[in-house]
This record gives sequence, structure tokens and C-alpha cells, in this order.
Amino acid sequence: MSDKTMTVNTNGNKKKHVSNLNTEKWKENLQACLKNSNFMLGFCMLASICILAVFSEQIAPYNYMEQGVGPRFTAPCAEFWFGTDELGRDMLSRVIWGTQITLWVAFLGATLQLVIGVTVGLICGYFGGWIDRIFSFLTDLTWCIPSTILALAVVTLIGKGLTNTVISIALVAWASYARPVRAKTMSLKSMAFVETGKAFGESSFALMFRYILPNVIPSLIVMVSTTLPSTILSTTTLSFLGLGSQAPSPDWGLALSNGITYIGTAPWLSIFPGIALLYTVMGFSFLGEGIRDVLDPHMKSQ
Amino acid sequence: MLQGVLLVAAVSILVFALLYMMPGDPINMMVDRKVPEAKRMQMAEELGLYDPFQEQYFRWIGNIVIEQDFGDSVRYKTPVIDLMKDRIARSLTLCGWSLIIEMLIALPMGLICAIKKDSLLDRFTISGSLLLTAMPSFWLGALLVLVFAVWLKVLPISGYDGIEYYVLPVFALVSSTIAGTLRLTRSEVLEVLNEKYVTTAHAKGVPYKKVMLKHVLRNALIMVSVQVFMSIPWLISGAVVTEKIFGIPGMGNLLLNSIVVQDFPVVQAVLLIIAILTVICNLISDIVIALLDPRIRIALSGGDK
Repeated sequence: MSDKTMTVNTNGNKKKHVSNLNTEKWKENLQACLKNSNFMLGFCMLASICILAVFSEQIAPYNYMEQGVGPRFTAPCAEFWFGTDELGRDMLSRVIWGTQITLWVAFLGATLQLVIGVTVGLICGYFGGWIDRIFSFLTDLTWCIPSTILALAVVTLIGKGLTNTVISIALVAWASYARPVRAKTMSLKSMAFVETGKAFGESSFALMFRYILPNVIPSLIVMVSTTLPSTILSTTTLSFLGLGSQAPSPDWGLALSNGITYIGTAPWLSIFPGIALLYTVMGFSFLGEGIRDVLDPHMKSQ
Repeated sequence: MLQGVLLVAAVSILVFALLYMMPGDPINMMVDRKVPEAKRMQMAEELGLYDPFQEQYFRWIGNIVIEQDFGDSVRYKTPVIDLMKDRIARSLTLCGWSLIIEMLIALPMGLICAIKKDSLLDRFTISGSLLLTAMPSFWLGALLVLVFAVWLKVLPISGYDGIEYYVLPVFALVSSTIAGTLRLTRSEVLEVLNEKYVTTAHAKGVPYKKVMLKHVLRNALIMVSVQVFMSIPWLISGAVVTEKIFGIPGMGNLLLNSIVVQDFPVVQAVLLIIAILTVICNLISDIVIALLDPRIRIALSGGDK
């Protein structure tokens, strides 16, 4: 009985101590982020995109599907800032509605990659042995085919469509999360606090997700923020190749592939979606760079 | 070497399995909807589509290894190898030139940027390369077309029958991959510049140029050459996009079109060839590292000679 009380006490104390330390550390990190110019720049750029995405219905002058709001192929003018396309749809509205798609892609892509990558990384690093070997071999294997091309093959398998493209990219890209998580888990596994947990009879599941995972989170945040731009870019690439979003969707990749057909006569069709995409990707890159500077000072670019 | 062969074998199984699992009946692709069920069954039987997976796989890979026969395209009804012959040449021209030009620009620029770290040129180049990484390669291609073909009218928009048709695609492809190589060269050179043997060389009074070329560049090149060979697969996947923009009928275009119409034999063949190419590039990069770096060479040949 007394034994048990003591355990609870030590556990309680330890937890409180750890969480205190964590909140302080998070506060410190947040302040460092607010002072970091890259972070703030990226944050402002992304905030503007989020506003456009949330309020696209109010901000955009027309619906993205509404045809014939003006003459076809109107060059950018006072009424149609970004011009109109071959069906007389307003490009400005389509670019604004496109923000929703991009943010959805970023969110879904990052979540999927995180879930797959972290689970595999934790399991491989924690258990080692043959599970680890099988997954290492699988990741080696996926490296043999360039990622875009492998994603193309997976899309063929599961079918066209935006969500399917994001899934296929996640299926190809999770290895970039799994590898560092695995390495980190391997080094944390033998640390005293994990051994202690084990001695108290915690299950492997609890050890992996409650003891080891919280210590990986800072590097995970860095990883997510640095891989988001490439996730967005590869999804848009697949849309550009005609395998992602399908016709009436305001997806920027789709808009660009459409715009290239008319590049000689209506260059604005390919210019504006591209600028929007570049702006978003730059926003994510700046944010990622800022977060990396704060959370992972060793990685600071020379 | 053995590892490479194993990887190729594993990849070939992966590629085959990927398309084996594909939904949809290949017979539907080949014949009209009106063809009766019995005839379809007979065709599938003849093609061996009912055989177990391993039998189908070994037949496929056996034909490739022994007779260089990748099967027939479902769509064009011609051997896949004939479809690929001309296209491989075009893709290799595109990728080869891109690689050469990328090296010619990235290596000297990386070296200069590292030596003149934090100078105006360095900052400009680094921001430029950041912009290039953020820029979607297909948009860049579109912009190049717009500026050089539509506005300035100095180069053709699309086509593939002459050197002038390749200028824009090559530059589009180079700009989508150059940023990584440039930044790697720069950071490698920076790392080597901090090494003690460089300081020693300077202290000994070795001429500046000689230090830079023999001590710094040579050591930095080891990592860079790895990156170059690793970037070849990127070039190939970038080529898919570039070929689509500029309408060059190369391997990428073939792959894309075959995926859209679900032409399995062609997709399998193209994926396999790309995978083999990647493994070969990795092997070559190992050999090149060994040639450049005596330490690794000694380790590879089994201890000191």
C-alpha cells in the first residue's frame, strides 16, 4: 500500500515538474518566434491566406464556377482584376477560392505523413529487429523510384482526384518522417526515464506514445514546417499533370495546366495562379525557417 | 554491386505488384464492350491473366531479361520497346544537357558564394535559390515560354526537331533542380574552408589558387558528386513535367499518357527503367566517391594496401 502511494506521488511530482518546465519552455519559444523576422513574415503571409480561404465566399466577387460573368478571355482590367478565362469565369474569384484547396492539401498531407511516419518510426526504433529491417528495406526501395513518379504510380492504383493525390504523396513521403523519428527513438529508448517507466510496468504502447513521443515533438514541428512547402508543390504538380483535382475545381495546379494551353493569347491565366502558389509556398517556407531557427538552433543555415 | 542487383529485383517485384493490383480489367482496354464474355475469358486465358502472381511475374521479367521484350502496349498494339526507343533518346538529351548545364552553373557559383560568404553576390544567389525552390517548376516553365517564345519570339514554344527546341525545356529543368546543388556546394565548401588542413596549407604558403582547387574544391566535390548522381532521379521526374509543358514526346510523356489510359505494360516498363537508372546512378556515385576520396577507397578495397 505504502509502496503504491509513493509511486503515485513520485509520478505526480514528476509530471507536474515536467509540465511546468514545458509550459515555460513553450512560452520562451513562442516569444523567440515572435521576435524572429522569418517567422513573423511567414505568419503574416499565411494569415492573409487563411482569411481569404475562410471568407472566400464574402471576399470573392463571383462564385468560382459561375460562367460568363464577363466576355471570354478578358485581359485584367478594373472590373476583372485577374481577367477571365475561356468560359468567362472571373480569375480573381477562382484564385481566391483556390486558397481553400491549398490549405486543405497542406493540412491533410501533413497529418497523413505525420501519422504514418511517426507510427512507423516509433515502432521501428522501439522494437528494432526484423520489423525495423523490413521497414528500412521498404524505405530503401521507395528511394529507387523518384517520388513524383512513384506518386504517379500510386495515383494510378487508387484513382484520380485531389484527396487521392494527397494520400499517394503521403504514402511516398512518410519515410522522411519515419527515418529521423526512428533514430531519435533509438537513442531515447535507453534513457533513464524510459527505463524507469519500463520498471514501473508501463506498456510498450504507453512508453512509445507517452514517454518517447513528447520528446520528439519539437523536431517533428520542425520537420512538418520544412516539408509542407514540398507537399503543396508535389500535390499541385500532380494536379497540373491532370491527376489531381478535376475540371470545375479552382485548384491552382489545374488552372495553370489550363492556362498553358492559352499562353500565347491569354497569359494572365497562367500568371496569377502561379503567383498565388508561389506566395503560399514562400509563406510556409518562411514560417518553417523561423520555427527551425527557434527550435533547432544547430540546424541554422550557415 | 550485389546490393544493387537485389534492389533492382525487389523494385521489379514492386512495380509488377503495383500494376497487378490495379483495379480494372486489362481486357476491357483491348477489346470493344460488345465482345462476348466467353471470348474475353479466352483472351485472358491466352494472355495468362489467370495464372498465379509469381508465374506472371517470372514470365514478365524473363521476357525482359532474355529477349528485351517488355510486352505489347495495350493502346498502340505495338511492342513497348519500339515505343520507348525514340522517346528514351529525347529524354536523355533533355536530362543530359540539363545535368551538364546545372554543373557548369552550380559548381563555380557555389564555390564563389562560399569564398565570398555574406557578400552581396552570395546573398543574392542564396535568396534567388530559395525563390527557385519555392517556385513550382511548371509555372517557371510557363513563364519562360511566355517571355522567350511569346513576347520576345526568339525561341519556339514547343516541338522537338532541333537544338533550338531544347533550349527552353533544358533551362526550365535546370532551374527546378539547380538550387539544391548550388546550396550543397556552398555549404560543403564552407565546411571544408574551416578544416584545419586548409589553414595548414595557407600557413605553409601554398598559393591561394592551389589551396582552393586542390584542397578545398576536391574535398567539397565528394559530397557534391553524390548529390549530382542523386539528383538524376529528380531530373527524370522533373522531366515528366517539363515534357508536358513543352510537348516533347519523351519517357515522361509516355508514362503520363499511359497512366491516364491505364496502359499497364508501358507503365511497368517505364517505371522499371527509371528504377534501374536510379540504382545505376547510386552505384556510379559510390564509385566516384571512392575515386575522389582515398579514405573511402582504402576502406572499400579492404584495409591498407
